[in-house]
Amino acid sequence: MTGRLEILAAILGAALLVLLAWAVPWLRFVLTIALAKGITVLGILLLLRAGQVSFGHAMYVAIAAYAVAFVAPQMREALLLLPMAALVSALAGLIIGLFVMRYREIFFGMLNLALSMVFYSLLEKLYTITHGTDGIRLPMPTFLGVELTGASYDWAVFTLALVLAVGFAIFIRIYLAAPLGQALAGIKTREARLEFMGVPARYVLLSAYVLSALMAGCGGSLVALTSRHVTPALAYWTASGELVFIAILGGAGSVLGAFLGAVVYELTRVYAAANLADAWQLILGLVLLLVILFAPGGLVGMARGLLGRRKVA
Amino acid sequence: MSVLLSAQDLWLAFGGVKAADGINLDVLEREFLAIIGPNGAGKTTFINMSTGYLRPQAGSITYRGRQVLGMKPRDIVRMGIARSFQLPQLFTEHTVLENAALAVAAREGVFSIFRPLLRPAFREEAEDLLNRFGLMPNAHQRADALNEGTRKLADIAMAVAMRPQLLLMDEPTSGVAAADKMAVVETLARVLRDAGVTAVFVEHDMDVVARIADRVAVWGQGRIAALGPPEQVLSDPVVQREVIGIRPGEAPHAAA
Amino acid sequence: MLAWLSDNGLLLGLAVLDGLASAASIFMVAVGLNLVFGVMRILNVAHGSLYAIGAYSAASLTLFLTSRGLPGWLCYPALVIAAALVGAILGPLIERVLLKRVQNQEPVLQLLVTFALFMILEDVQKLIWGVQPVSNDTPMRLLGTVDVPFGTDVIPYTAYQLYVLPGVALLTLVGLAWFMRRTLAGRVIVAVTTDREAATSQGIDAAKVTMLTFTFGAALAALGGALASPMTSMVPGVGASTIVLSFAVVATAGLGQIEGAAIAAVMIGLGRSIAVYLEPELEVVVPYLIMVLVLLVRPQGLFGVTETRRI
Repeated sequence: MTGRLEILAAILGAALLVLLAWAVPWLRFVLTIALAKGITVLGILLLLRAGQVSFGHAMYVAIAAYAVAFVAPQMREALLLLPMAALVSALAGLIIGLFVMRYREIFFGMLNLALSMVFYSLLEKLYTITHGTDGIRLPMPTFLGVELTGASYDWAVFTLALVLAVGFAIFIRIYLAAPLGQALAGIKTREARLEFMGVPARYVLLSAYVLSALMAGCGGSLVALTSRHVTPALAYWTASGELVFIAILGGAGSVLGAFLGAVVYELTRVYAAANLADAWQLILGLVLLLVILFAPGGLVGMARGLLGRRKVA
Repeated sequence: MSVLLSAQDLWLAFGGVKAADGINLDVLEREFLAIIGPNGAGKTTFINMSTGYLRPQAGSITYRGRQVLGMKPRDIVRMGIARSFQLPQLFTEHTVLENAALAVAAREGVFSIFRPLLRPAFREEAEDLLNRFGLMPNAHQRADALNEGTRKLADIAMAVAMRPQLLLMDEPTSGVAAADKMAVVETLARVLRDAGVTAVFVEHDMDVVARIADRVAVWGQGRIAALGPPEQVLSDPVVQREVIGIRPGEAPHAAA
Repeated sequence: MLAWLSDNGLLLGLAVLDGLASAASIFMVAVGLNLVFGVMRILNVAHGSLYAIGAYSAASLTLFLTSRGLPGWLCYPALVIAAALVGAILGPLIERVLLKRVQNQEPVLQLLVTFALFMILEDVQKLIWGVQPVSNDTPMRLLGTVDVPFGTDVIPYTAYQLYVLPGVALLTLVGLAWFMRRTLAGRVIVAVTTDREAATSQGIDAAKVTMLTFTFGAALAALGGALASPMTSMVPGVGASTIVLSFAVVATAGLGQIEGAAIAAVMIGLGRSIAVYLEPELEVVVPYLIMVLVLLVRPQGLFGVTETRRI
């Protein structure tokens, strides 16, 4: 029952996004970014499922975005750039993951934060390679060899984002219900037991970590393709904090929540951030606290609560 | 009967406390071996060493002739040695059925992504397991909502799901309500005998020991003070005084 | 090597002096982080923001005093008073309103709550002090410079960085070690750190100890910031870099180690300042490189002890 309701909600949500993107042209950009962040947040959800939080996942977004920026001048095919960059991110996730997998909770969160800050500083300081805070502008990518411009290019990236979002959402739903996803949840409550059941807990977590880096890589590639300008800000801690914020806002543990949270967040930001630039983090922090303390289910939890109440009444 | 697990000259001290001070112990195939002794004598340490959680400073433990020391817990369980815990180690946010299914899945290889945990094959086996332990009424309760005795049984059921040849249990009946204790023990013994499992269990209740143990090892200050059939060991006056804590002349519960 | 030393010896000497000064300020932050972790088992991500707020407050107070034409030496007590005020106001507020509520929650929630606090405090700084650099070098100027002999040469170096900063850090280290081992209050904190339940059952008011320790830890972070404020100009983002840097110190030393944190702070401070002179681009990388190398060899840190959980 809830399963069918969720599929319905997902289809309606996707249709609504397409409608919005069609009716309000300038929202296409915003919604593409929202989908890219939603895909990235799915990875944060996987880690939260294991009781871990990464304060540095924007690093994997930035790694992929810069990979796209570096390769694009030589090879402009978007449908090759995206998987290439996502794999680069996943590879970085594997190497860093092998190190951070030894730690949980505090160290896990903080090591991710520290490494992302190092990466951010390198992007900023290695000017000859990265052009520092100016960042790198991308040439116009092609889709299946076709040169697209203006609205048709925006639609192409939006469609790519939507397809990836739906694909990953379905995949993560299946993953979380499967033994591997359930073992991931076991890491949170009783990691020692897993080892005594013959399960290498560290590799269970590592696989989720690499998967999260891969999804962050897809998100980063989409950001690069949409904005066609990459800067170190992509890797800054505020960007990582944003991802954690969206995960909790949408409802930790809910696949649909990741996208609901991302869309609500991006739409709000478009209207509010310009006026409240100096207090934006403050507002995010306050909302984050309120959600954690008073609405731990996030937006999805609230929606469920409302639906449930109506059924009773 | 052939030797399944063999410990030789085990030595381990925590600071000044000797948990194992030259332990030699053979576990025979298909027997139920009870380990009794005062708290802090090193009984749990023996289980921890045999399952790869702790490493002795000297000595060896072999299973079917293969050295166990230095192996990781997860590799030891794959050889056929499973364990349960004094403090039940359940996945507290999962239901009892999911806990059991996860154990089954772990045995079959957990890295399968495309079919749900509660797929028919795993579900059936998990339900069968819970049935054998009389845990079906609790199947859909979350593990952190169970009472202590039920948690204990679920914990053992998960170890049995690994289809071990040797099962090490740390105080399987502690926390079980006194009125239910013998029924639980009978169930446990029947399940294990049916499955042909060899069992080593740390136990404080001498009635339980007398009821199901084939042999009893008495652990005292890192040494094995006595070893033999329960009727012999439990009637030994020294064991009665030092371990069981009854005065000479008083009949032990076991004989009653 | 010798030729290189004679060419770069002076630079190296300067790097060592800079390194010790920065080690002193980062130690103050790291040791506070450790104390708070000890009694609460919470790593306060917003701890770096307290450093930044301490620095900004100290600068504001000093600038206010000098603008009123008051004697210059007042700027030294002003640094300490500013830090104490920050600790005394924000410490109990954060502990009582926020951390106490999540004391018994899952670790991931505790981390999220302090992270949210970090987001809030980073913007609070921007709202109060703006985004333009704030600087206040009066405390440094007043003391002038000292000629430090280095081989056949001398290095003119500011007395503030040479004496005041390392002096206060050393005093903190020795004082804290003495306090924890020799005073009743210190023993009480140690008791709560080792076993909260046992301490409570002995009649210790763990909640009060926690609040006071958190306040003290916050004041130490603010003092670290206040003391460092004359050396650099404050800009937004200082809190973020401070929390990761002090985490690097704490992780290198091993969580909860006080003397270890001092040694790790010196290692990391020196590593960073030497990098500044040799390869400025790598300045930010070196502290974390040291941390990662240490953690690869000793996952529990240089002086950390591994705990085996009872199962």
